Amino acid sequence: MSIISVRDLVVEYDGRRVLDGLNLDIEPGQITVLLGGSGSGKSTLLRQILGLEHPKSGSISIKGTDITRCSPADLKKVRRSIGVAFQSAALFNSLSLEDNVALTLREHTALAPSVIDLIVWLKLAVVGLADFGKLHPQELSGGMKKRAAVARALAMDPEILVLDEPSAGLDPIVAAELDELILFLKETFQITALVVTHEMHSAFRIADRIAMLFDGRLLTVGTKDEIRANQHPRVRQFLNRVPANPMHRPALASYLERYVQTQEAKP
Amino acid sequence: MANFLESAGRKTLIQLDYVGRLNIQLWATLRGMRAALPLVGNRLRWRAAVHQMLDIGVDALPMVALLATCSGFILAMQGASELRRFGALHYVIDLVALGFTRELGPLLTAVAVSGRSGSAFAAEIGTMKVTEEIDALKVMAFEPVEFVLAPKYLAALVAVPCLTIISALFGILAGGLFMFFSTHLGLLLYFRYVLTSIELRDVVAGMIKSLAFATIITHVGCLEGLRVRGGPEAVGRSTTMAVVRSTFLVILADAIFTTIFYFVGKA
Repeated sequence: MSIISVRDLVVEYDGRRVLDGLNLDIEPGQITVLLGGSGSGKSTLLRQILGLEHPKSGSISIKGTDITRCSPADLKKVRRSIGVAFQSAALFNSLSLEDNVALTLREHTALAPSVIDLIVWLKLAVVGLADFGKLHPQELSGGMKKRAAVARALAMDPEILVLDEPSAGLDPIVAAELDELILFLKETFQITALVVTHEMHSAFRIADRIAMLFDGRLLTVGTKDEIRANQHPRVRQFLNRVPANPMHRPALASYLERYVQTQEAKP
Repeated sequence: MANFLESAGRKTLIQLDYVGRLNIQLWATLRGMRAALPLVGNRLRWRAAVHQMLDIGVDALPMVALLATCSGFILAMQGASELRRFGALHYVIDLVALGFTRELGPLLTAVAVSGRSGSAFAAEIGTMKVTEEIDALKVMAFEPVEFVLAPKYLAALVAVPCLTIISALFGILAGGLFMFFSTHLGLLLYFRYVLTSIELRDVVAGMIKSLAFATIITHVGCLEGLRVRGGPEAVGRSTTMAVVRSTFLVILADAIFTTIFYFVGKA
């Protein structure tokens, strides 16, 4: 049974349809990668799954609870089983790394401070930041921030880990380290992960299943091999990095030529 | 004419929508305030509220005191230049005492707090929106209103009236110094006259105003922050709007309260 199930999801912003009848199932214990170009609806789908926005129609069930119709209390309960690492890391700058990770533990559990300290240290150690707990987010590099965000997401031992563009803006070595970290988390904690990315190399390294979005619809979903073998023109275009509008340059050249001619024609 | 009416109608609706949002936010914050109270609430929220009190109150003290002292001198000198002609220089004491207790104390404090803290609230919350920290709070099963707004509002409700009292004291003291240098009236005697000229209802009127101004400044600042869409430039715009709107609303509220107290006093 799917741990996350999206059915006929329709999302509109000011009358513009962003997601159009999308269906997607995410299986437990697997890493599912959401692939797609800019504006394909990846981030919108993620915000819907996290319950940050309401859809026009359709449903999203997480562990059997339809978060589009449930009460705020039930939504909170569901959210406690999800750990999220945002694209910008979204660490609280006023708090140290330790306090960022400890926040949910202090607020949502009755654990003793010494136990919380131990858990925080463990989570930071998992992402390789055990020695940096006293630092504040602004003192960290981009890669360290992303890892810290993962540590914070892991604080409550979530069943589902959601990572939004984990390798965006990172150099290839740090990005590869993050990929290894995600694989390590899956193998060690049997965690279900939903990773949004448009980094092809990263996607094919970590994914059990890849779901590809295009124009607000699910274009295809399958294993890495199934995606590689897929002959859909859009999938091929994405995998082979073919520009969407190859006529752009001549069009620009002709536009500039016309502009120069009109300028020359002026008295 | 039709266009003018259409435009006026649209702008009115926008302003009503804004006031509606302010009221919804105020109600939500009042419901979340319990969490920020000492003893019965959450220890971390109370600590955040105390931190905010220091920010809004203690850090603004020199500025408010200086502002009030200058205004006290100005009011006393302007009043004296006219009253001297009628041989009624002693009425400067009533002018300064009543002026600062009922009017200038709360108003000057509100303008200073709006410029310092209202803009800071908008910038802080706006930045949290841009860096997805508000979203992070939601997915960590926190209520942003309870977590961010309630401590700020509680702090403003405590700090602004305290600053108002200090502002009134410094303004009245400035009036006393003027009287000492111009008429050699002893400070002790001056304060005795001050105490006979102000009544309890003047102090209560000033305190009611300061609580209302604290509410306006906090909620306009926070709402402007929460309305931020886009990048850092939007944060800059929201900061400016927070100061402009809260100053305008403070003066509007002051006019309404003064009118009410005028008619209540007459009755």
